[in-house]
Amino acid sequence: MADEKISTPLLDELEKGPWPSFVREIKSAAQTSPMARDLLGQLELSYEEKVGHWKHGGIVGVRGYGGGVIGRYSDVPEKFPNVAHFHTLRVNQPAGWFYTSQALRTLCDIWERHGSGLTNMHGSTGDIIFLGTKTDELEPTFSELTQAGFDLGGSGSDMRTPSACVGPARCEWACYDTLKLCYDITMEYQDELHRPAFPYKFKIKCAGCPNDCVASIARADLSIIGIWKDDIQQDDEAVAEYVANGLDIQADVVERCPTRCMQWDGKKLTINNRDCVRCMHCINVMPKALRPGKERGAVLLLGAKAPIIQGAILSSVLIPFVPEEELFDTVKELLSRVWEFWDEYGMNRERVGELIQRVGMANFLDAIGLDPVPEMVSHPRDNPYVFYKVDEEQSEQ
Amino acid sequence: MAIPIEQLAEEMYQMVVEYHGKKNLKASDLTKAMIAKYGEDQVSKEDCKQAIRQLIDSGRCVYSYLGGSYITLPKKDSAAPE
Repeated sequence: MADEKISTPLLDELEKGPWPSFVREIKSAAQTSPMARDLLGQLELSYEEKVGHWKHGGIVGVRGYGGGVIGRYSDVPEKFPNVAHFHTLRVNQPAGWFYTSQALRTLCDIWERHGSGLTNMHGSTGDIIFLGTKTDELEPTFSELTQAGFDLGGSGSDMRTPSACVGPARCEWACYDTLKLCYDITMEYQDELHRPAFPYKFKIKCAGCPNDCVASIARADLSIIGIWKDDIQQDDEAVAEYVANGLDIQADVVERCPTRCMQWDGKKLTINNRDCVRCMHCINVMPKALRPGKERGAVLLLGAKAPIIQGAILSSVLIPFVPEEELFDTVKELLSRVWEFWDEYGMNRERVGELIQRVGMANFLDAIGLDPVPEMVSHPRDNPYVFYKVDEEQSEQ
Repeated sequence: MAIPIEQLAEEMYQMVVEYHGKKNLKASDLTKAMIAKYGEDQVSKEDCKQAIRQLIDSGRCVYSYLGGSYITLPKKDSAAPE
C-alpha cells in the first residue's frame, strides 16, 4: 500500500493553473503519510460519484472538553482504512495570528506524530485546523499541545475561539488593543469555550477599525469594532501632496463618501464630521493625510451570522461607543445579559441574531435593559424602535 | 437550604440515563430541570454548571455533537465504523 500510487485523474485537474492547489499539497503529504494517501483516494471517489463520503459528529473529544474536536468518519472504510477515522482538531490560535517559526515547527511536528500532517491555516473562525486523526490519537495530541502552550478552540454549541485583527501590533488605524481584548475574553470565558452550554454557537471577533479585517460585522455574533468619537485628524499639507501626485480628490474621495460629508474647493478639504459614518474610505485613500480621531474606543454590535440554517445577517449596533479603558468590563456586562436571555428563550440551533429577529429588536433591547438610541437605526424610517402612544398622536392632532 | 452539587450531579446523571436513546439532552435541559424541581432559591445556574462539570470531568458523561452539543453517556460512537 505504501508504495502504491493512487490514480486521481479528476483531482489532477485541480492542480492546473497558476494558483495554489490543495491537491498538490495533499499529494506532497501523501509521500510520507498513509492518511493523506487514502484521503486522495476517497476524494477522487467522491468526485467520480458526485457524493461525499464523510460521516460527521458523534462522540469524540478529549476528557473534560466538549469542543475543539470534530468527529469525522469515512463511510467507505473498507476501501480507505487509513481514513476510517479522520477527526479534525481546532487549536486556539494566538491573538492576531502571530507565531514564531519555532512555534509553527512545534505544531507541525506534533501533528505529523499524531495525525495526517495536513493543516488548514486558518479556519473561518480563525483556529489552527489539524485535519485528520484517529480517536486514539486525540488525547496524546492534546497532551503535547498543552505542553507546548496551546489549547483547543471551540466547536459545537459553545463560545467559539475569539479572534482579532493584528490591531496595534502592525496597524496604525487600530482604535483599541484588539490583541489584548481577544486574549482577555479568551481567558475569561474558558468554560464557555470548552463546555458547550448554549443553544448554538457564539462567535466574538475584535476588529481594530471599521475596515473590519476579521469580517466581524458579517460573521460574529458579537462584533467589537474600533471607532473614534471626535473628528478625523487632517493634515492639509499631506492633502496637497496627494493632489500634486495626481489624486482626484473630488472624484475619488468626496464623491465616494457615503454621506457626502466632505467638500473640496480645489485647495481645501472640509469634513463635516457630524455627518461622518466612519466608513474609512477617505482614510484608506489618503492614509498620510487623514487619520482616525484621537478619542478612540469601539462600537459593540450583535447578531451577525453566515447562512447555515437561515440566511445571512449583519450585526446590529447595540452600544455605539465604549472608551477603550471600559471595553472589557462593558463586554462582560453585555454578554452576561445577552447570554441570560438567549439561554432562556433561544431555541435549539438558533443563533442570537435569529432570536432577535424572532422576538423583535425592541423586545430584545427591553429584555437586556438597553435603551434604544439613534445609532441603532440602520435605515431611516425602517427600525420600529420608537412607539407613539395613541393619546400622544391624538393630542398632536 | 441549597442542594449539594453532588446530589445535583447524580440527579442529572439519572436523567441522562433515563433519556438515553430517546432524547438528546443539552446542558440547559439539565439545568432547567433541576431549577424547575427545586426552585431558584435552592438551585442556581452556577450550581448546575458545577454539577455538569463534575459529571463530565469524572467521565460519567461526555459531550456529543449531533447538529448541536449534547450531554450523553460515554458509549461507543454510533458514527464510528465497526
